[in-house]
Amino acid sequence: MFKLSDEGLKYVKTELTRYEAKQSAIIRCLYRAQDENNGWVSQEVIQHLSEVMEIPAAQIEEVATFYTMFNKTPVGKNHIQVCVTLTCGMLGGRELCDSMMKEAGCKKEGEVSPDGLFTFSKVECLGSCDTAPMLQVNRDSYIENLNTEKGVELVRNLRSKARGH
Amino acid sequence: MAEIKYLSEHYSKPEFKTLDGYKKHGGYEQLARALKMEPQKIIDEVKASGLRGRGGAGFATGVKWGFLPNNGEPRYLLCNADESEPGTFKDRLMMERAPHQLIEGMLISAFAIKSKKAYIYIRGEYMGPAAILEKAIAEAKAAGLIGKNILGSGFDCDLDLYLGAGAYICGEETGMISSLEGLKGQPKLKPPFPAVQGYLRKPTIVNNVETLAAVVPIIRDGAAGYRKYGTEKSAGTKLFSISGNVNKPGTYEVPLGYKLMDLINIECGGLKPGRKLKAVVPGGSSAPVITAEECEKATLDYECLAQMGTMLGSGAIIVIDDSNCMVDVLSTISHFYHHESCGQCTPCREGTGWMERIIHGIVHGHGNEGDLDLLIKIADNMKGRTICALSDAAALPVLSFVTKFRSEFEYFIREKKSQVRGGQIYAQLHH
Repeated sequence: MFKLSDEGLKYVKTELTRYEAKQSAIIRCLYRAQDENNGWVSQEVIQHLSEVMEIPAAQIEEVATFYTMFNKTPVGKNHIQVCVTLTCGMLGGRELCDSMMKEAGCKKEGEVSPDGLFTFSKVECLGSCDTAPMLQVNRDSYIENLNTEKGVELVRNLRSKARGH
Repeated sequence: MAEIKYLSEHYSKPEFKTLDGYKKHGGYEQLARALKMEPQKIIDEVKASGLRGRGGAGFATGVKWGFLPNNGEPRYLLCNADESEPGTFKDRLMMERAPHQLIEGMLISAFAIKSKKAYIYIRGEYMGPAAILEKAIAEAKAAGLIGKNILGSGFDCDLDLYLGAGAYICGEETGMISSLEGLKGQPKLKPPFPAVQGYLRKPTIVNNVETLAAVVPIIRDGAAGYRKYGTEKSAGTKLFSISGNVNKPGTYEVPLGYKLMDLINIECGGLKPGRKLKAVVPGGSSAPVITAEECEKATLDYECLAQMGTMLGSGAIIVIDDSNCMVDVLSTISHFYHHESCGQCTPCREGTGWMERIIHGIVHGHGNEGDLDLLIKIADNMKGRTICALSDAAALPVLSFVTKFRSEFEYFIREKKSQVRGGQIYAQLHH
């Protein structure tokens, strides 16, 4: 069964006091739980948060399923989200994602690569159209001004890093 | 007149994002000044400045503030930093380079509308800017600029950051309010408008990042000083985010009324060698597209673009050259709106999907005679029939693309391939 770490529990308690309405803390707490659950929100995560936050599980679930940044299925260690909307789409975002998926061994979007290192998603506008095409690795980094060669190189680098090379 | 650094004067200086650096350049002096003014005087000054909402709608900011009822209920100020209209990234620059300018603008605005609690709602994808803002908020709190008795004025105001989680519709003010309340980010029926019944059903003002940041120079220079830039009805300067087929995409600040082609050719260094301008989406992906011929006459102000049947929107300009297939571009836009529809209203939920399927059919070589008229019919039936404007945002590009570039769509349906790039577009390469 999923349980938040002690630090995670402390985080949730603090978030619950941060906003005018305690349910406003759901998004932040879902992020925290997703991070502690290898990058995705399972039913167990929702159930546990419901108990900790004292908010009905249905309300947490409707938030979790409404927003695209909560993964409803397991993801690889590197969740690579490639922007494919307007400018990125015009400048090769979709081709970029396809070539990276091929290099990583993913046959389709959302699938975890056989080595468990990658999952790819073609996502809607990430707000960096001047540096198109671009992508986001997990939640914390934008990688911009890409082309298919640079994208393939990125996959290789992330793979080497994971293998400790 | 060319590019002007008015709001963005110090954006190139790394120290500007720290409290000390911001103060070195006059930061928080306008807050101190504003706190000695009568709140109504600030509202009057903002009204007189002609500042209009920089998030897309272009509504007069001071007038919006004046809609708050005097019923003694707590009031909220919400900064809309969701910025998720494709093509728009200018607020990201402001938040990354000048977080304290936004905070100062918000505190002045909160004082003016007598709000003691303000939130910045930022999109979940902007983890970088969110971290910068969190740090700036903590610095301002530690310096007594946020919290109780700000600068000894007796004014209390708390300010916090709220992180979204990837939903375009949370940029719509009532969708944003729902999200902040811990619900699905679905828009609410208006009226009542947020100014009367907003966050937690209390009077609430929602303004864009750039709008709130612009309050700082308005206090510094007065309405007349602000009006030195721009036109009579579109006062001041504006940040434009430009992307697509130009040599130097990026964010540029120019006075409103500036020529679109000058922005493309002078600031953005024109198009790639050998390329010809085909079209421009002038105000974010929902703005009706304009042809190269129309671009020659376009000035960047609310009135000129409205007269051309399009809009200034958030100031996001997407430049499309002749290497692009308009059917493919529209297919991308239509996919976006279908994906982002919140699903509450039938015309939007069904209409966005229906339009996407028809356009994808054309792109994949399965187009039928009659598809274009059907698209126009569907789009016409989606406009103005839903709780929020997402349905209109999805319909307007379809109407403008199909009307203005009809021959390109007809060619695709007839020949089952694109008129450009030797017929090769993404869908044909990969499916």
